[in-house]
Amino acid sequence: MSAGSNLASTIRFEERPDIGAVLDEHNRRSFLRFLTCGSVDDGKSTLIGRLLYDTRLIFEDQLAALERDSRRHGTSGDEIDFALLVDGLEAERQQGITIDVAYRFFSTPKRKFIVADTPGHEQYTRNMATGASTADLAIVLVDARNGIMRQTRRHTFIASLLGIRHIVLAVNKIDLVDYSEQAFLAIEREFRVFAGGFDFASLRSIPISARHGDNVTTGSHRMPWYRGPSLLEHLEQVEAEQDALARPFRFPVQYVNRPSPDFRGFAGTVASGSISVGDEVVAAKSGVISRVRRILTPRGDSETAREGQAVTLVLADEVEVSRGNMLVAPTQRPRVSDQFAANVVWFDDTPLVPGRSYVLRTETDETSATVTRLEHRIDINSFAREDAGQLATNEIGAVDISTQWPIAFDPFVENRATGSFVLIDRISNRTVGAGMISRALRRADNIHWQALEVDRAARAAQKGQQPVVYWFTGLSGSGKSTIANLLEKRLHAAGRHTYLLDGDNVRHGLNRDLGFSEEDRAENIRRVGEVAKLMTDAGLIVLVSFISPYRAERDAVRRLFGESEFVEVFVDTPVEECARRDPKGLYAKAYAGELSNFTGVDAPYEAPLNPEFHVRTVGRSPEEIVDELMDRVGRREAGSRTREGVN
Amino acid sequence: MSLTHLQRLEAESIHIFREVAATFSNPVMLYSIGKDSSVMLHLTMKAFYPSKPPFPLLHVDTTWKFREMIAFRDRMAAEYGIRLIVHTNEDGVRDGINPFDHGSNTYTHIMKTVALRQALDKHRFNAAFGGARRDEEKSRAKERIFSFRDANHGWDPKNQRPEMWRIYNTRVSPGESIRVFPLSNWTELDVWQYIRQENIPIVPLYFAKRRPVVERDGMLIMVDDERMKLHPGEVVQNRMVRFRTLGCYPLTGAINSDADTLDRIVEEMLIARTSERQGRLIDRDEAASMEKKKREGYF
Repeated sequence: MSAGSNLASTIRFEERPDIGAVLDEHNRRSFLRFLTCGSVDDGKSTLIGRLLYDTRLIFEDQLAALERDSRRHGTSGDEIDFALLVDGLEAERQQGITIDVAYRFFSTPKRKFIVADTPGHEQYTRNMATGASTADLAIVLVDARNGIMRQTRRHTFIASLLGIRHIVLAVNKIDLVDYSEQAFLAIEREFRVFAGGFDFASLRSIPISARHGDNVTTGSHRMPWYRGPSLLEHLEQVEAEQDALARPFRFPVQYVNRPSPDFRGFAGTVASGSISVGDEVVAAKSGVISRVRRILTPRGDSETAREGQAVTLVLADEVEVSRGNMLVAPTQRPRVSDQFAANVVWFDDTPLVPGRSYVLRTETDETSATVTRLEHRIDINSFAREDAGQLATNEIGAVDISTQWPIAFDPFVENRATGSFVLIDRISNRTVGAGMISRALRRADNIHWQALEVDRAARAAQKGQQPVVYWFTGLSGSGKSTIANLLEKRLHAAGRHTYLLDGDNVRHGLNRDLGFSEEDRAENIRRVGEVAKLMTDAGLIVLVSFISPYRAERDAVRRLFGESEFVEVFVDTPVEECARRDPKGLYAKAYAGELSNFTGVDAPYEAPLNPEFHVRTVGRSPEEIVDELMDRVGRREAGSRTREGVN
Repeated sequence: MSLTHLQRLEAESIHIFREVAATFSNPVMLYSIGKDSSVMLHLTMKAFYPSKPPFPLLHVDTTWKFREMIAFRDRMAAEYGIRLIVHTNEDGVRDGINPFDHGSNTYTHIMKTVALRQALDKHRFNAAFGGARRDEEKSRAKERIFSFRDANHGWDPKNQRPEMWRIYNTRVSPGESIRVFPLSNWTELDVWQYIRQENIPIVPLYFAKRRPVVERDGMLIMVDDERMKLHPGEVVQNRMVRFRTLGCYPLTGAINSDADTLDRIVEEMLIARTSERQGRLIDRDEAASMEKKKREGYF
């Protein structure tokens, strides 16, 4: 082990130590969050394993497990494979790759670190971005034999986009090019050429061998030509914290705390700047001004609060402020707009297409949003801007966004916390993209909507739902219409766009030429099926409530729809119970011989063999049944998403 | 003067508690009675002060917890004035499932994982806080702070939602839920340091004391009640021991220690050469066992 004893976090006490003093010192250590990124097999996980090992953050039982695992899965021959320390998922260990970001913690006498080990494969870019979004420094690893790769450029670019201002270029596996200075310099030169445009506050290049430890925690005698610090020395020294207090006060309201009529507190985390009791603040969206009366912190009442603290502010006046609003310095206000330009990193397999509606989420605000224009896509290799109709997975572009309600924000380059957002698919709830706001747009800038194909998918997407037919079948008086009605109300209340087709609104109009013979009944169902089909094309959720007694007709309708679009709901009530309820007096007439061809009495009802939903009504209230249906509707939607997600 | 390390961690956790309270209709806090739960409880009182936390505590009681844990649990719920829901898998009790006869895997699955799923389903909780930390175990190091669970409570480690900045995607459909880990970025040392700084009550089992233990499978198991049957050759010894983690007494190994104060516990930890989960029988059953349990719905 090459770690010097000065690095050891493990302390051996000669005599009883002053634990209070030791902990105090720990607590005052500065702090750095960084990530390792770069192309596949450039040694990211190995580097972190090496850092943890050399700073003695690996326990004996973990080391024993590591030795066992190295023999089973390792790729380092008989040596310990450090990557297995961080590749914690079964699939990762079996395939020898990193799929998702792992967070590890270590500490030196100077600083505490959280490191995010991120995957190199292009398909897992979203996980790299996850790790980068909370980091202040990125170590970009490059294999000295291969030089700068496509992923090196992509990750460097994403790091810069996500607001990372400090970069370390770690030229790894330098042992495999005989510790060659020329190889190192060539890679460094190429890197600086393309990274020069990204405006990093610091960029340090270090030749290392993560496997053997050269220049990782200590210097290396095998590279006398390199006189800079080791990687760890650099990480301990770099000044990554911005002068945050100089920035204007920003307080996104997260939660309104109202235990009683005489206390109303606005809880949140100070995004930038500081605030004192007595200071004026303004609610960004409404412009209403008040003063800070109290500041509640985890240590009780305080005179001030500063960036990073989670506090509760009490204002002097009764001001209407809710979650999503922002309390700010009156003289330096954020932008408030429903139109803005942003850079977007796209994560989802379904591409970003202008015109689609998404849920936009900032730190505490949420609203509907539409990408109105795709300004350009950025080529990862040349960083050139190119025209594009959509953004595919892992692509990056500049877009214009229009939101349903105005949001309060700062440009991302001025404030990472108040200038960022994510886009969420409103059906699957997947996080589909991340955005960095560049500037507000005036309405006039944004009236040029890109033409888009208005098709079935577009109509459905605009309504934010999956079109589907719920086909209620059952005897007259079984409760179909009552249940369908109630379900429609509930779906409507949940924001869905619905339409209910039943005998009343179809037989009196579209189908008034039809009677109750077997042929007419079949034609009745055929027409209703076609209308339901048109309505799903229009993006609607259609509830159909018809006796529809014949299996063949119901199955014919089913064939009009995709597999997940047709849900047969069998409202199962015994005929005796229907006759007892007899809401329209029809059973009485049928039994008296005044009505013929009456289903269940003198005409057959063919119960569904495999209905998606089978509802038994006896002894249950319609409300109970609809509660259960809503639940199953939710699970169904979730289920179809899960299937989508797997494909 | 920037924030201290503990202040940063504290702020992050409080932010997470508030985010859940603001965005979920029916959250709950999993209360396991251990030191991490004690820290969570303390933080949540701060997060919502002067209100009480707007969610109940849920304890999944396997019926095999240390007796001191149950006493401590009831005392804490009363002192903090928070509603406590206790859930036990009654099917498992009826079938006599226990850690001695059924092996830790089967027992844990039925009395912990299944019990937890039962409780979450019964009360329709759509967000559940857990005290897990990323430094505990390799699959935990990979997990998001807001960790999505499908309608069957399953975790899909290969398909986690991206988690950007401090923006958490809290949207779920009916039946789905999110497990939330406010202590994700705390280390074991941070937890002890915070307990010490804030004077947070913890179960006395963490402190060394003479306790009746037997050596079994290389671990020191405490004889906590008469259900623990001695194997041939086993002798109950009164030893100075304490526990680094707490769970079901037949599955939780004690360590020889005379650390009977917080300072001495921290001192012991600073020179420790084994990780805290080493004392847990349930993690040793098979490689990658934690990940497997989590996919099935374990916390």
